[in-house]
Amino acid sequence: MEYTWDFGSVWEYREALWVGLTNTLRIFVICLFAGLSLGLAMGLARYSVRRWLRWPAACFIEFFRNTPVLVQIFWFYFAFPILAPFEISALMAAALGITLNSAAFSAEIFRGGIQTIDPGQWEAGRAIGMRYREIMARIILPQAVRRMMPALTNRGIEIFKMTTLASAIAYADVLHQARLIASVNFNPIEAYTVVAIAFFVILYPIVRATYALERRLAKGD
Amino acid sequence: MSQEPILTIRGLHKSFGDNHVLRGIDLDVQQGDCIAILGASGSGKSTFLRCLNFMEIPSDGAITHAGKTIGTERPGKPRVYSEDELTKVRQKVGMVFQQFNLFPHKTVLGNITEGLRIVQGKDKASSDARAREELARVGLAEKADEYPSRLSGGQKQRVAIARALALAPELMLFDEPTSALDPELVGEVLNVIRGIADEGRTMLLVTHEIGFAYHVANRVIFMADGIIQEEGPPEQVLKNPQNPLTQAFLARHKQFEF
Ligand SMILES: Nc1ncnc2c1ncn2[C@@H]1O[C@H](COP(=O)(O)OP(=O)(O)O)[C@@H](O)[C@H]1O
Ligand SMILES: [Mg+2]
Repeated sequence: MEYTWDFGSVWEYREALWVGLTNTLRIFVICLFAGLSLGLAMGLARYSVRRWLRWPAACFIEFFRNTPVLVQIFWFYFAFPILAPFEISALMAAALGITLNSAAFSAEIFRGGIQTIDPGQWEAGRAIGMRYREIMARIILPQAVRRMMPALTNRGIEIFKMTTLASAIAYADVLHQARLIASVNFNPIEAYTVVAIAFFVILYPIVRATYALERRLAKGD
Repeated sequence: MSQEPILTIRGLHKSFGDNHVLRGIDLDVQQGDCIAILGASGSGKSTFLRCLNFMEIPSDGAITHAGKTIGTERPGKPRVYSEDELTKVRQKVGMVFQQFNLFPHKTVLGNITEGLRIVQGKDKASSDARAREELARVGLAEKADEYPSRLSGGQKQRVAIARALALAPELMLFDEPTSALDPELVGEVLNVIRGIADEGRTMLLVTHEIGFAYHVANRVIFMADGIIQEEGPPEQVLKNPQNPLTQAFLARHKQFEF
């Protein structure tokens, strides 16, 4: 097959792509922090000693784990405004869907990580008079997070790639911008290739960095 | 001794489901007592110690500590304790575990200052100073900045003892502190414990080191079937036991030397 690559036509629209990339990073950072924080809260609530916390957390986790993110995003964007008296931006709708889904998945990671910590650590903390919250924050989580690093890294990668779903409701992320460029220039191959490379170029160094971090943390053990 | 006991235990019961482990324990602990607790594995020694700092909530009975009774208010109904009550008691009762349970992500110094800073709210400088004092007492001053993974078992246990002592507890609980150690490391830990006992600190010590109990404890308790079968000075309980269960237990541990 003969194909003449023409990246010049993409280069012409580099500013549009750049805008898309910053929008992608914006939604990623929001979803990463909100998703992991809410995931931690849900993971703790899911296995709390208090039943009134456990039950809603379990429902939350199962609901958002077992429904497609894209459907959730559509729901927040198109259905929610009909029920609520206000509009919701594409960024908000997409960030909500991705955040809730990531929270549901990371809740299980946090729960699993916390449960691998020797119960003796809890006992030692309690024996010197520490409270549940202090033991969790200062003794258990720092050790658990080390063990969860690979799983959390995977979750972060997953969140980053999930942000492209926002383009489905016309959020101006990098994929959305590429689609515009492709439709103007009839160069979908180049436009989407550039998007794929952009994702790889951003993610790969981050992943390498987390490997290095894992190795450094492992030394303390 | 006729002074007020610092700890009074009355009718202490503890069940795990159908397993009735402690079946009515009564004991008065005087200031400065070093009480060795002997008994076969599974006889409830750990459960007894753990009730004393409320790591286990007693099913029934009353524990009076420094004039304050903490126990069940309605017989047979375990009370729910607030975290405040529990943390207050636990600060006054130090505990040392068989498995050391040091915090692996913190340095030796960090292990000891944790309670000083977080529980007692001391500042960094005075916590560090206090921690170094205790480290010196257990002979590990030079290990302050090491991580626990770099220490031998005996050193770990000495750090765990320093961690508990740093909070200046009125009562120390040792649950088989040397049972997880290689034989050649037992001595260094026992020496540290003997030093603490010689200073007159009140302690309860579960141990299988009967020779150590004989020389260091002023009272020995033998537990079986969830109650105290025999209690008295080491001379009497270890050399001239009255209870047939104590006699049988000691016969099985005849290899000890006084
Ligand atoms: N947390 C617990 N849950 C259920 N059973 C327990 C628990 N802790 C101890 N037991 C039971 O209590 C009994 C006494 O155990 P323990 O106090 O550890 O004895 P010892 O320290 O004398 O060996 C054992 O039958 C043990 O299985
Ligand atoms: Mg035991």
